[in-house]
Amino acid sequence: MTGMTLENARERRVRTGGVELCVAELGEPGQPTVVLVHGYPDSKEVWAQVAARLADRFHVVLYDVRGHGRSTAPRPLRGGFTLEKLTDDFLAVVDAVSPDRPVHLVGHDWGSVQSWEFATVARTEGRIASFTSMSGPSLDHFGHWINTRLRRPTPRRVGQLLGQGAKSWYVYALHTPVLPELAWRGPLGKVWPRVLERFERVPGDGYPTPSLPTDAAHGAWLYRDNVRSRLRRPRADAYAHAPVQLITPLGDAFLSERLYDELEQWVPRLTRRTLPARHWIPRSRPDQLAAWIGEFVTANESGRTVTAPSGKYADRFGGQLVLVTGAGSGIGRATAYAFAESGARVIAVDRDADGAARTAEMSRLLGAPEAWAETVDVSDEQAMEKLADKVAAAYGVVDVLVNNAGIGLSGSFFDTTPEDWKKVLDVNLWGVIHGCRLFGGQMAERGQGGHIVNTASAAAYQPSKALPAYSTSKAAVLMLSECLRAELAGQGIGVSAICPGFVNTNITSTARFAGVDGAEEKRRQKRTARLYGLRNYPPEKVADAILRAVVRNEAVVPVTPEARGAHLMSRFTPRALRAIARMEPPL
Amino acid sequence: MTTAVAGERAAELRGFRKVQRLAYECAEAVAARLEPGVTEREAARMQREWLRERGVRDWFHLPFAWFGDRTAFVNFRVPLQFFPTDRRLEPGMPFILDMAPVHEGFTADIGYSGSLGLNPVQDKLMDDLEAHRELILREVRERRPLRAIYEDVDRLMVRQGYANRHRAYPFGVIAHKVDRVRERRWSPKLFGFGTQSLKGLAADALHGHREGWSPLWSPYRFSDHPPQPGLWAVEPHLGFRGTGAKFEEILVVTDSQDPEESAFWLDDDLPHVRRWAEGK
Repeated sequence: MTGMTLENARERRVRTGGVELCVAELGEPGQPTVVLVHGYPDSKEVWAQVAARLADRFHVVLYDVRGHGRSTAPRPLRGGFTLEKLTDDFLAVVDAVSPDRPVHLVGHDWGSVQSWEFATVARTEGRIASFTSMSGPSLDHFGHWINTRLRRPTPRRVGQLLGQGAKSWYVYALHTPVLPELAWRGPLGKVWPRVLERFERVPGDGYPTPSLPTDAAHGAWLYRDNVRSRLRRPRADAYAHAPVQLITPLGDAFLSERLYDELEQWVPRLTRRTLPARHWIPRSRPDQLAAWIGEFVTANESGRTVTAPSGKYADRFGGQLVLVTGAGSGIGRATAYAFAESGARVIAVDRDADGAARTAEMSRLLGAPEAWAETVDVSDEQAMEKLADKVAAAYGVVDVLVNNAGIGLSGSFFDTTPEDWKKVLDVNLWGVIHGCRLFGGQMAERGQGGHIVNTASAAAYQPSKALPAYSTSKAAVLMLSECLRAELAGQGIGVSAICPGFVNTNITSTARFAGVDGAEEKRRQKRTARLYGLRNYPPEKVADAILRAVVRNEAVVPVTPEARGAHLMSRFTPRALRAIARMEPPL
Repeated sequence: MTTAVAGERAAELRGFRKVQRLAYECAEAVAARLEPGVTEREAARMQREWLRERGVRDWFHLPFAWFGDRTAFVNFRVPLQFFPTDRRLEPGMPFILDMAPVHEGFTADIGYSGSLGLNPVQDKLMDDLEAHRELILREVRERRPLRAIYEDVDRLMVRQGYANRHRAYPFGVIAHKVDRVRERRWSPKLFGFGTQSLKGLAADALHGHREGWSPLWSPYRFSDHPPQPGLWAVEPHLGFRGTGAKFEEILVVTDSQDPEESAFWLDDDLPHVRRWAEGK
């Protein structure tokens, strides 16, 4: 499968309003029809990766917008690209490919702009079952968005206006006569594929098609025929008559996410999704898009109302695959629950089978569409490799990996035996290495972004004479995370190190205390557990910090106040920190 | 034990059982009348009026009602937050009704958990409370120190993945003693608690202080003693991410040598017990 061609597509030509449209179809015609509309400067092949992923379940229809790809252009060009005419084209296509059943509409960029028109005008009512919009607002909504901000220009609103105004530079450029056409047919058309690869991080797989210079030259009329007139006099009745799923890439260089702030007033049934990516998501994130489109279409086909998960970041993690190690208790379990609440699919990994199973069961109750328990010791290389193979084959590529499993070890350096060292490094460091190597490797290979969270500790930067081995292992995790973050930054994969501090989990009651006998170890475990209980910082708050770190792509996240304090001290007053390291813990 | 004493005790337990049943009937009646938009205050008033109509004049404590994430005492910092608020019930929301009426001199203290429509999470919490009821009875019969039982309940909750929410109650109690109360014509209340009952509790506390036990079953050192004979209102309260569930009922502890007789639940025909039986 290459990125450029639509394999096994059946083609037909549809004549309408003086142009001939090139329509491609994939999948069984008996299945629900999904119509994919491309943007500017693109042709229907921009959807190749997404269409291939949808074709096994749906009747996928793509067409070249008039003047693009292998569709013919209207004569004259001026006035030939109005939204009314584009709506005629859309109706002609859906009447040809799905005369009896309403279709599920998906638009990107200008494909989304025109689809907003389709989804809000009366004459298409009953022909659209759902609409998934990405990176293309309704010009009418946009017009109202500008007007509300001009009418009451608070500082924030002025900022939003200026922000979007700067992002729209190319719209002004496209309004100049002749020059854009000359540029596209000349040097810009030649360098464009490289520009996309370089700045938009799309794979270099043969797309755009050779028709790019003409597509881009003709498509300039999309802007010239519609933007000024619609923004000056936006329709007052632009209400969507179908459920809408809005997918917003947060790194879009051309559209501010603020544009959709007041969308609920136009769309009664709105589902929001966000993903950290740039503008051309049909090419950079096809897996995620196919999953969200598939889920939305299926939900609307079956007639059930789409109930959004209750979690704070449901727009971001809905349907994503999240793997958490050490998920049988404590921070890992709370993290699995927080992701489950946001609608993620959860894989709970723990060496304690009962704990993992319990976490998976409760995750499903909390809103995870699917949750599985896997019993694996993260320090066991072979077991981890087997797990990685199984996960890839059965559940897919992990979107968020949380390397959280860890054990405690306290005691002076000279009491810590080589076996103790080996054990703590095996779990705390090698467990993370295996996780990053295997699941991070799958993420990088897929090339569609992702996130890795490693649970380090405040002990990673707070030295202590009581925790030499533990602190060493966690410091290694912290540095590993920083290095990996640098390495994976170019591939859209974020890496965060979480440094919780004293959190009330049962790590205290399983911790090893080197250099003391069994009874004394028990006593110290109990004593530490009591102290941590008195501190009583809940693991749920750490879980919240982890989700926030993923959403914001934070590098190092100290969580508890003492962890944050120590983090500051490690930078500004390291000597004071060293003095604290000499203190005897109250055990 | 002489038959006369046994008979007297049986009559006394009958009285307690009667008021406990009455309270649970009240909870079920009020729960059936809850609908979207009802506030906690209204639910509390409904309980109060229902019981007043049936002859309740005095209270161990006035009825409480908690809706939504207040069932898990989310962000509770001061005891005043236990009192009913204007929080409105919504479909799918969990709720807890908690009341402690005194009827004919006998005290009950019960807790009833439910939800308006389906709430799978709270359902699960209620299912998992069964293990706690069994654990508490078993360990009381073993005469383990109350503080140790408290810790075992805590451990079971952690294993189940829940938070201990009875810790939020005054003194973090999982249970407290209840007793007979002398009926007075006028029964003033202090912060929602009946003064007669408080007096009883204070007398117990004083007594216990001298003898080394406490009428409050807490995680603290003063509960580090074997179960004290008497009636204990036991209320394990589970919390899970904004959803809480509890039951509360009376556990009878005696000084009998026979384990079966040494501790038993006052009544096994209660809504939550029936629910578990039906589930099997």
